[in-house]
Amino acid sequence: MIYFDNVTKEYRDGAPALSDVTLGISPKEFVSIVGHSGAGKTTLIKMLLAQEKPSAGSVFFEEVDIHTLPSSSLHHYRRKIGTVFQDFRLIPNKTAYENIAFAMEAAGRADDEIASDVPYILDLVDLGDKADHFPSQLSGGEQQRVAIGRAIINQPDLIVADEPTGNLDPVNTYEIIEILKKINELGTTVIITTHNKGVVDAMGKRVITMEKGKVVRDDKNGHYIL
Amino acid sequence: MNFTMLKRMIGGGAKSFIRSGSVSFATVLVMTVTLMIVGFLIFLSAILSYTLAAIEDKVDVNIYFVTTASEPEILLVRDQLATLPEVAVVTYTSRDKALAEFRERHTDDQLTLQALEELGDNPLGASLAVKAKDPGQYESIVRFLSADISNEVIIDRINYFQNKTVIDRLTSAIRATEGAGTVIVALFALASATIIFATIRLAIYTARDEIAVMRLVGASNMYIRAPFVVAGIIAGLLSAVTTLVVFYPIAWYIGESASGWLGGFNLFTYYLEHFSVIFLTLVGSGVVLGGVASWFAVRKYLKV
Repeated sequence: MIYFDNVTKEYRDGAPALSDVTLGISPKEFVSIVGHSGAGKTTLIKMLLAQEKPSAGSVFFEEVDIHTLPSSSLHHYRRKIGTVFQDFRLIPNKTAYENIAFAMEAAGRADDEIASDVPYILDLVDLGDKADHFPSQLSGGEQQRVAIGRAIINQPDLIVADEPTGNLDPVNTYEIIEILKKINELGTTVIITTHNKGVVDAMGKRVITMEKGKVVRDDKNGHYIL
Repeated sequence: MNFTMLKRMIGGGAKSFIRSGSVSFATVLVMTVTLMIVGFLIFLSAILSYTLAAIEDKVDVNIYFVTTASEPEILLVRDQLATLPEVAVVTYTSRDKALAEFRERHTDDQLTLQALEELGDNPLGASLAVKAKDPGQYESIVRFLSADISNEVIIDRINYFQNKTVIDRLTSAIRATEGAGTVIVALFALASATIIFATIRLAIYTARDEIAVMRLVGASNMYIRAPFVVAGIIAGLLSAVTTLVVFYPIAWYIGESASGWLGGFNLFTYYLEHFSVIFLTLVGSGVVLGGVASWFAVRKYLKV
């Protein structure tokens, strides 16, 4: 489903953020990417979301080299991916409901579809009673659940979560991971990057360990080893 | 693009304009002040052209005829002048009328009137007052008269030659004022546009992360951009309307108090008579600048 082919990314200051990364991810996998800060996890995610272009190599998503897509049609590709970030990245002047609905509106879905799907997803992430709250009125865990709601509303093929629990306490971390696990069990591929050893070990799924821009371990039923 | 998407873009723009209250308010405020500059420029150029027209109107050339010149001869000259394309009006003053006007002017001056009586005969010649369409054209009109030798016999003098320096100076002053006026208007209009661009860029700068998120969530460039453009247009529209409302009492006050000082120009009357032009200029510049500035400001942050 996803294939990184000898991907290298060098920033202007010269130090490579990624060097010669080759790796494949199959449909319905749950993959954790671990490593120290600066190991290249986020850069890898950015390559996958086409936020940045690799200096060398290609990234394929279902046979398409995503970095050959023109900027003007990138949104079609991105609608296949649900994204969750450490800092939530909700739209501050939209309510929880509107933040989730935005992803559907932008994709051109019909009004009645939006009216039926958004409340369902809000209930799924346990925020049915906070639909009209703005992000500033929600706790970190709640904001992250809105973000997950937004990520899954268009039933994407892939969920990418960059440090989704980085800003959360253990209880919220547990809840978020449970939601991601459930999404994966329903058949969606999930890729997360994390620092959290507990999260990775509890999962018992594939773990990719990165160091200095290189993949140093790739374990089928891995643990957090650094 | 279908109707639903259009509705969402316009609705989204209006909603975000209202919700980003303080930023929208600041934008409208700055745009209003800027559009007021544009409005004052309109007033200024109106006052300027009125004043210049009034001055131009005072400039004319008088052709004085010798007392022996017959009326048909003078009327012939008048008709010749009237056919010239440069000439706006020719006014004929007969000898009798000149005398009557002279008496009128000197009703209190018995000595002069007595002297006039002594003379017995009317010493005044008939005259033609010529008004050109443009003050720069007097020279060619006078040249036309001098070209005909038969005129030389009947024309006593043409006051153009005495007034030449004054007329020339006035003409060049009018030209210079018009030129300077145009440059000032252009400079201020440019400054206004720049201020509006900078303000909207700043307003959209606060939303740059939001734009990046919208890109990542899969919104097309058009779908992200349109609400910002709509919000920019709303800001421009509100500012233009505010400016028009604020100008009403200002124009009234200036019209009341400064009309005499401005040589009879009433700003309030001008405002009411030219309301449609002022309305279209202000609303047009507000809406176009707001929309275009938003369009360009968003572009910068779409590169995600």
